[in-house]
Amino acid sequence: MEISFDLTVAWALLLAFAVYVYVVLDGFDLGIGILYPAFPRKEDRDLMMNTVAPVWDGNETWLVLGGGGLFAAFPLAYAIIMPALYPPIIAMLLALVFRGVAFEFRWRAGNRFSEKFWDWAFIGGSTVAAMAQGIALGALLQGIEVDGRAYGGGWWDWLTPFTLTCGLAVVFGYGLLGACWLNWRTEGYVRKHSRNIARILGFVTVGFIGIVSLWTPFLEAAYFERWYSWPQMLQVAPVPILVVLFILFLGKELYNESNDWMPFVLTLGLFLLCFIGLGVCMWPYVIPTSVTMYDAASPFKSQLFMFVGAIILVPIILGYTAFAYYVFRGKIKPGEGYH
Amino acid sequence: MDTFLGLDALVLARIQFGFTVAFHFIFPAFTIGLASYLAVLNGMFLWTKDEAYLRLFKFWVKIFAISFAMGVVSGIVMSYQFGTNWSVFSDRAGPVIGPLMAYEVLTAFFLEAGFLGIMLFGRDKVGPGLHMTATCLVAFGTAVSATWILSVNSWMHTPAGFVMGENGQFLPDDWLAAIFNPSFPYRLAHTLTAAFLGTAFVVGGVGGWHLLRGRHDNRGVRTMFSMAMWMAAVVAPLQLVLGHEQGLNTYEYQPTKVLAMEGHFESYDDGIPLILFGIPDQEAGEMRYAVEIPRIGGPILGKGLDASMDGLDTVPRSEEPPVAIVFWSFRVMVGIGMVMIGVGLWSLWSRWRGRLYDDRWLHRVSVLMAPSGIVAIIAGWITTEVGRQPYTVYGLMRTSESMSPIGAQAVGTSLMAFIVIYFAVFGAGIIYLLKLMLKAPEKGESEKDSDGPIRTAGITPGTTPEVSPAE
Ligand code: HDD
Ligand code: HEM
Ligand code: HEM
Repeated sequence: MEISFDLTVAWALLLAFAVYVYVVLDGFDLGIGILYPAFPRKEDRDLMMNTVAPVWDGNETWLVLGGGGLFAAFPLAYAIIMPALYPPIIAMLLALVFRGVAFEFRWRAGNRFSEKFWDWAFIGGSTVAAMAQGIALGALLQGIEVDGRAYGGGWWDWLTPFTLTCGLAVVFGYGLLGACWLNWRTEGYVRKHSRNIARILGFVTVGFIGIVSLWTPFLEAAYFERWYSWPQMLQVAPVPILVVLFILFLGKELYNESNDWMPFVLTLGLFLLCFIGLGVCMWPYVIPTSVTMYDAASPFKSQLFMFVGAIILVPIILGYTAFAYYVFRGKIKPGEGYH
Repeated sequence: MDTFLGLDALVLARIQFGFTVAFHFIFPAFTIGLASYLAVLNGMFLWTKDEAYLRLFKFWVKIFAISFAMGVVSGIVMSYQFGTNWSVFSDRAGPVIGPLMAYEVLTAFFLEAGFLGIMLFGRDKVGPGLHMTATCLVAFGTAVSATWILSVNSWMHTPAGFVMGENGQFLPDDWLAAIFNPSFPYRLAHTLTAAFLGTAFVVGGVGGWHLLRGRHDNRGVRTMFSMAMWMAAVVAPLQLVLGHEQGLNTYEYQPTKVLAMEGHFESYDDGIPLILFGIPDQEAGEMRYAVEIPRIGGPILGKGLDASMDGLDTVPRSEEPPVAIVFWSFRVMVGIGMVMIGVGLWSLWSRWRGRLYDDRWLHRVSVLMAPSGIVAIIAGWITTEVGRQPYTVYGLMRTSESMSPIGAQAVGTSLMAFIVIYFAVFGAGIIYLLKLMLKAPEKGESEKDSDGPIRTAGITPGTTPEVSPAE
């Protein structure tokens, strides 16, 4: 059974990877919608949307892989988490509907009123989706009531000050990613303005990271153990230390305009560290502290069947995704187009 | 009991699932067909250098982009609904169907999404060869996606290749048997054909509309009408054959469903009639006002003229699907299929007389028939899915056992939200689609509207990506 043991861990890592890639790719994409209110002019908004129009669908597919992968590799966890988070998940799905169609509908609107409407659909959809993702994350961290093989709580259990804080953290964090992306991929006014916004959002996001990191260990005794018991403290200490280093670098980059893509990469690094921190808390649970990944794992045969495919296909997918980004590389200039 | 507007959580969850998946499937059905059509158009353009094909490509690709976006966002909803509304089903069937759906994501969704951008915006950036490749890959991806999801769906109708686990889970035993379960090949063939046929009738309707508006000399319009009518003439009869084969397969594995489709409440011992119409009365267990042809029901089900058969009267009431829905939705689908065959034959007749572009009645009928494929597709799914009731996994797991532990309030509220938002958002989308369709494809059609998205640096402003084989 040694080998199936490893496969479950491998699936947990692979899913964590999918979720992180989702954050990397769709984070800035949602962030652009979150930043729309700060750019009221139509030309600027057109330009911002055009930086992601050819790739947004691919970005969102990682979310489908996250959900689908959880269903396939850990069906019990999927079956407990989804009903527990029913309202935020439904809100996220509906928000993604609004935001996804806005990419096409905005250009078809035909009059000022509908165009404004789809602008707001894009803003609202992106913001609500980000907020719902943060809330879902917070709700998972704070623990879900399990009864047998099913969710045992009520349909408002997910709503607490902690989950709301996590929701806001993700909204601002994605906003920061969006601003750094625009700083990299645009020129002129949009770039300048987004750099200014990034400076502000940088502070806000760092503040939220601080609050959530300090709050989390007090949710569960087990989390506290992880971070503050000796000698484990030594093993996990690099995470907070690196966070501080990344924050310093990010600050430096945002103020010295030496390199356009550096702030984006540094922000992604910061997110990766937070993500690792999360993993440190949760391991080996999928639903802290009631269902471990072994409890939730689908049988060896299921995991193996998918794993073979995933190991071959994920690199290929990463390859052609990179190719698509490469095709649409470079700065996007205002007013440039077909006509 | 906990209810919302008088409905319990189970009924609400079923309505919600049926509503969202029916809406979802409208768009993939159209994009599966359209993606292949676009690949053909682009290929014909590269091969013949005839500008009419490029013009048509640019005309339909805008429509494709909108429809695709709606398919994607409504599909993401579907992939999470298994967990939110059918969590017990997800837990128990997950080990078998989860991996198949994960394969759909890995082999199809990423492929479509990854090359969609290049297909829509990349003609000038990557050159005609790669652009053609991207277009083909998107079309291929849509078909692969249909293959996996239909395998999953078919497994729920004719489960195979599994063993039961102690905790009530279905555990995979033989993957090939699970994937190629008995109803899958039939369902795949019939549904893919349905997507092509449905798309052909939309294209034909748009062509007919512009011909009626006097755009005879627009070569794009003529080409699209002619192509669509060829599809109708060839594929509609094929669909009848495939549907019939599927019916036989269903009769073998889910006889109650076929009894409901055919409205056979009674058993027969000397010849099975074919009931054309009637008002099914499930309570009384009889077909009222039946209009029937004696005896020919036997040969249709592969039996003799004087065959005997057990009817629904031999099936316990708790095992019967809702007969009226199945009976009527089946008639809608088959009826439309028959009319489609008629249109196909008519077009052959007009074409033979050289009047394909002047036959105003044919054009009128094709405009009327434009949405018929989509209607038939939805009706077909209702037949299939309602006919499977009261089971989610046929014969093994009941729908009533599949529900998530969520209250009627929560499901009812989200159902309301879905209904309002879907009608508003997809309603607007369908209006945008119609607006694009009602504008004839012009010479030098641009890939985007005047106001269309501007693309990344490197696209030289002003170049229409006309014939540029030099790249
Ligand atoms: C992968 C599985 C799958 C797929 C591809 C489909 N369905 Fe389905 N359908 C189900 C899995 C399912 C289900 C989860 O099994 C449901 C929910 C409750 C039930 O009994 O079956 C269901 C129910 C259901 C109902 C309600 C039936 C009832 O409760 O009486 C309708 C009307 C449809 N579906 C229609 C469709 C349509 C139009 C589809 C076209 C895409 C479709 N289904 C594809
Ligand atoms: C319950 C069942 C279904 C689920 C869970 C589901 C899930 C999804 C998801 C998540 C997407 C978006 C993919 C992306 O991000 O690019 C999608 C799109 C798509 N689905 Fe479905 N789907 C279902 C039913 C079907 C059926 C029955 C078919 C075909 C026979 C189908 C064919 C497609 C296609 C071709 C697309 C690509 C988008 C488009 O063409 O509009 N789906 N689906
Ligand atoms: C002309 C004669 C037709 C016949 C005899 C026929 C027969 C059938 C049968 C027997 C089923 C299966 C129900 C089951 O699962 O037991 C079915 C399903 C279906 N039909 Fe048809 N059909 C016809 C035409 C059409 C047309 C014209 C379309 C669409 C353009 C269509 C679309 C569908 C779809 C989407 C399904 C559900 C998927 C499936 O289970 O295959 N059908 N049809």
